[in-house]
Amino acid sequence: MSRYRDGLARRGFRLIMRSVRAHPIPHAVALIGALGFVAATVGTAWLLGWITDHVIIADEAERTRPAVAAILVIGISVASGVSVLMRRWFLAMAELRTQRDWRRALLHRYVDLPMDFHRERDPGELLAHADSDVNTATMVLKPLAFAVSVVVLVIVTMVALFVAHPLLALIAAIVFPALAVISRIYTRRVEAPSAEVQRRVGEVSEVAHESFDGAVVVKTLGREPMEVERMRAASQRLRDERIRVGRMRATFEPSIDALPTVGAIALLLVGAWLVGRGSATPGDLVLAATLFSLLALPLFIVGFFLEEMPRSVVSLERVDRVLDRPVPAPPAAGPRMLPEGPLGLEIEDLAVGYGSRLVLDGVSLQVRPGETVALVGATGSGKSTLLETVAGLNDLARGSIRLSGTDLGSLGPGELHEAVALVFQEAFLFADSVVENVDMKRGRGPGDVTGALGSAAAGAFVDALPDGAATVVGERGVTLSGGQRQRVALARALVRAPRLLMLDDATSAVDPVVESEILANLRNGLDTTLLVVAHRISTIELADRVAYLAGGRIASTGTHEELLALDDYRSLVSAYEQAAAQ
Amino acid sequence: MSDPAVDLGRAQVGDAPATEDIKALHVLRRGFAMSPELRRCMPVIAAVGLFAAVGRLIVPVMVQLVLDHGVIGPDGYRPGLVWTLSLAALATVLVVAAASRFALIRLVQMAESVLLGLRVRAFEHIHRLSLATHSESRRGVLVARVTSDIEAMAMFMQWGAMSWTINPILIVATLAVMFFYSWQLTLLVLVLHLPLLPYLRWIQRRQIAAHGRVRDRVAETMGHTSETVSAAAVIRAYGYRNAVRARLDNAVDRQYAAQMSAFKWWAFMLPVVDLASSVALAAAIVAGVTWGEELGIGAGGLVAFVFLVRLLIRPISEIGEVFDTTQAALAAWWKVMGVLDTPVDVVEPDPSDAEELPAGPLAVEVRDVSFSYRAAEPVLRGIDVAVPADADVAVVGETGSGKTTFVRLLARLADPTSGDVLIGGVDLRAVAPDSRRRGIRMVPQDGFLFAATIEDNICYGRPGATEADAAAAVEALGLRRWVEGLPAGMRTPVGQRGGRLSVGERQLVALARAQVADPGLLLLDEATSAVDPETEEALAVALAHLAQGRTTVSVAHRLSTAERADLVLVFDDGRIVEQGRHDELVEAGGVYSRLHQSWVGNTRRAAPRV
Repeated sequence: MSRYRDGLARRGFRLIMRSVRAHPIPHAVALIGALGFVAATVGTAWLLGWITDHVIIADEAERTRPAVAAILVIGISVASGVSVLMRRWFLAMAELRTQRDWRRALLHRYVDLPMDFHRERDPGELLAHADSDVNTATMVLKPLAFAVSVVVLVIVTMVALFVAHPLLALIAAIVFPALAVISRIYTRRVEAPSAEVQRRVGEVSEVAHESFDGAVVVKTLGREPMEVERMRAASQRLRDERIRVGRMRATFEPSIDALPTVGAIALLLVGAWLVGRGSATPGDLVLAATLFSLLALPLFIVGFFLEEMPRSVVSLERVDRVLDRPVPAPPAAGPRMLPEGPLGLEIEDLAVGYGSRLVLDGVSLQVRPGETVALVGATGSGKSTLLETVAGLNDLARGSIRLSGTDLGSLGPGELHEAVALVFQEAFLFADSVVENVDMKRGRGPGDVTGALGSAAAGAFVDALPDGAATVVGERGVTLSGGQRQRVALARALVRAPRLLMLDDATSAVDPVVESEILANLRNGLDTTLLVVAHRISTIELADRVAYLAGGRIASTGTHEELLALDDYRSLVSAYEQAAAQ
Repeated sequence: MSDPAVDLGRAQVGDAPATEDIKALHVLRRGFAMSPELRRCMPVIAAVGLFAAVGRLIVPVMVQLVLDHGVIGPDGYRPGLVWTLSLAALATVLVVAAASRFALIRLVQMAESVLLGLRVRAFEHIHRLSLATHSESRRGVLVARVTSDIEAMAMFMQWGAMSWTINPILIVATLAVMFFYSWQLTLLVLVLHLPLLPYLRWIQRRQIAAHGRVRDRVAETMGHTSETVSAAAVIRAYGYRNAVRARLDNAVDRQYAAQMSAFKWWAFMLPVVDLASSVALAAAIVAGVTWGEELGIGAGGLVAFVFLVRLLIRPISEIGEVFDTTQAALAAWWKVMGVLDTPVDVVEPDPSDAEELPAGPLAVEVRDVSFSYRAAEPVLRGIDVAVPADADVAVVGETGSGKTTFVRLLARLADPTSGDVLIGGVDLRAVAPDSRRRGIRMVPQDGFLFAATIEDNICYGRPGATEADAAAAVEALGLRRWVEGLPAGMRTPVGQRGGRLSVGERQLVALARAQVADPGLLLLDEATSAVDPETEEALAVALAHLAQGRTTVSVAHRLSTAERADLVLVFDDGRIVEQGRHDELVEAGGVYSRLHQSWVGNTRRAAPRV
């Protein structure tokens, strides 16, 4: 973390170099354009001095024709215009490409980092990183080429001033140490509040995302007024912080603005005195004043550059906190390790936790290839966690999981996903067509997708959708009912013909008639090992064996009839009977 | 199921009329009407501009005065005058800086307050929109409207606003001074700038439309980002990473392309403006030198005039510099207005005419109600049903038969397309929102929890609920043992959407959250679908006990709920096809008896009848 302790200037320099290294050509062209602009600006100033002496003040006899002056003025302006175009276009390219790079890198991290990352990070905050933070991080690049090129302007101006009059040049030079002091004070003070602003932007985004995500619940709870208050509070904190930064800027900007004027006053005082003594001509003084006025632009641009830097640096650091998270390297692609056909599953002494809390603690379970095992347990007993871990979503705190003898962690990229499918309890559908939600960009034929939808008892309702399987469902599939979503999600698993299929109460929202149909399809049409979380007897009956999960471990395994001897198990699964009997 | 998917992708919130139609003046007019605070900003803005303008004009005026009177005047070098002028100028600079500082602070305060108001208003409006509208919109896009779009405006407030305040005044002031030197030359300069107007207008229109497209692309990127984050588990479990990465890359690339294309208008704008200014400058020099005497302008005057024309170029190009940010802000403002213009389907009654629900259990009467989302096929047709107060009603039927929609209408998450819903004898549309929120509580299928503790989430069920209320709700539902088993009990944080709890556990919290409100009408939409049978039965018993003094309508696939109910409503394809008690319906041998047979088959086949 040492880099966060470096001075702001160094961190700013590193930020700039990251962009320059990635996009050297646009930056270089922009710089050439900026230099061209500086040259044109200097040329114009020189030209005006020349015009003053040779066209305006000169005697009639020695006067150059004004038309020549006009042509020169317009000629320089055209050159200046071309240079501006170059600078703007290529600078925008450099800036926007840098944004694109950082935004992509960030989004790729969101895809590549393990589930733990998403469990601890707020989606709204992640959105703010990808939008506001990336935008702000590149703000400093906007004035970059200009700021670099005006250094040339400063040098040329100072040399010209020196040639015109060394003493006048000396007077002019005092503005630079003044600028350095003012900027240093400003950037130091503004760093912390700038970081706070970005944090608050993230907070507003968090509130917005959570609130819209839970819109249905907000409505059912009648929490709209409270949510609005929450948003107002977060926005107020952002506003207050922005005003705090604004106050600092309100001191900084007028100071920078006043600097060239104060310098000009000093210049005129000394210059007038020199003209009075006869050691300088009025032309010298006009030239010096004109040259000095050229310094207003560099001071302004460099001031702007320095003003932007703290915000950009702290924003990029927020982005880097995600980019610095290592992506676990997938095992090298080796030969296929899993055998053909249904897979066996061997779990030994497995422990899995979220934070410090172990949800599973000592799970051991053997499932033979082709076997169907029902996983039964009370709410919160860890059934979902167990299935998610087998699907490779969780880190193991202890123990091992093997598929037909191969350790889960040593499987090559893709092999696990091809062999194992988990149907989640909460079906997540993408805002995409039903076909894409099932196929997931594998380019399977429509026959496969239709077949899978049929097995999942989804064929009829999908056909009835406005565009059939091509109908786009809303985000999270909200335009479908809960049971319909679950069936599409089931089809997504079935279409892959998995060799280990895990169903996590995947038909909980499906009505009994349809559920029977689905169960019949699963019983008859699949050549797979099946691990299924079950609540209803019908599902449990589907299984060759039942594993009863309690207290973070497998308390017992056996057939349903055998397990009925256990009081806990019996009261859990026959609750509906008991209720009906009463 | 006929559903709102029909309009998907077209009717997203905020994508009001085609982006091409954005009219800058229209946006400004509406913007000012919407945020009257802006008008109060105007004097401050004028003050800032004036001070800054004075600050910048000091130098040329000084040059002229010192040159003409202190150096090359008839009296030669006059140190006294030079000193006096310099000190006066210095004093002016200091006053200007102090005044600018004050005005800048006021400006940022007002600007930020306007943005705050706009953001909160847009946010509030989004929550007022119906569920159908929410279903059609991506979360990320909605978030973009209250974050990214407002940030684009904030960017303008920080960089553009100042420029627009200072520079027009500088231009006018410079022109005034120029006029003082020579009105003829000033007119010449002005006339030569005139051709710019149609050119700028042409560019401006294209630029703002391009920025409208940028806003769309940004929102699209955020939509995909949000989905990627929400779908983290599915993406990982199904090896969907490559496809998602490609989709995100595509969104980012499209955003980049839109930005570059918006940019080109700006890049080509300034050089042309600069050229016009240079032509004007050249013309002024030629005219001044050629006809100096006739125009009554001397050499010193012409030097100053040329200086002033140069001075005029700078504010013009500075406005040019912020033109892009300005157009981006206007386009963003337009998008936010689009949100505020999205019609609200469920309109709350006027507070003066609003009625209160009676206390205690609430009767439900549904009269000839039909409902359809947008122009789609009706989801409910001609529903007529009367439920006495204190009854326990089960709603059953196949998925997609309209059960959830029916319950949503009872909670007024939407209004019927035709027909009336009367709760406690009052037309639901006339009930005051607060009374409705107190009296009616729906527990949706989706056990969404806020990222807070279990206790907080339960307390969200009723404004002002205390820890003791939350504990009492948990106790009443028999959930205390479950809560005690959690690492931090009631203080256990539940994570995003409640993700640290299992789906079933989330439903338990959602139920306690409803219990704490103690409503007169409780609507359960498969509120216990993910809970194990034992817990579900225990909850059913607890709820039945609590149902004394409350009307309960439950949507259930697990027909054990229906077996116990006073009244069963059987939905099929948007109609109530059967209603009555469980026993009667089983006797009747219709839709319900088939459902029930499957249910018994699925749950009891192997268990010995005791």
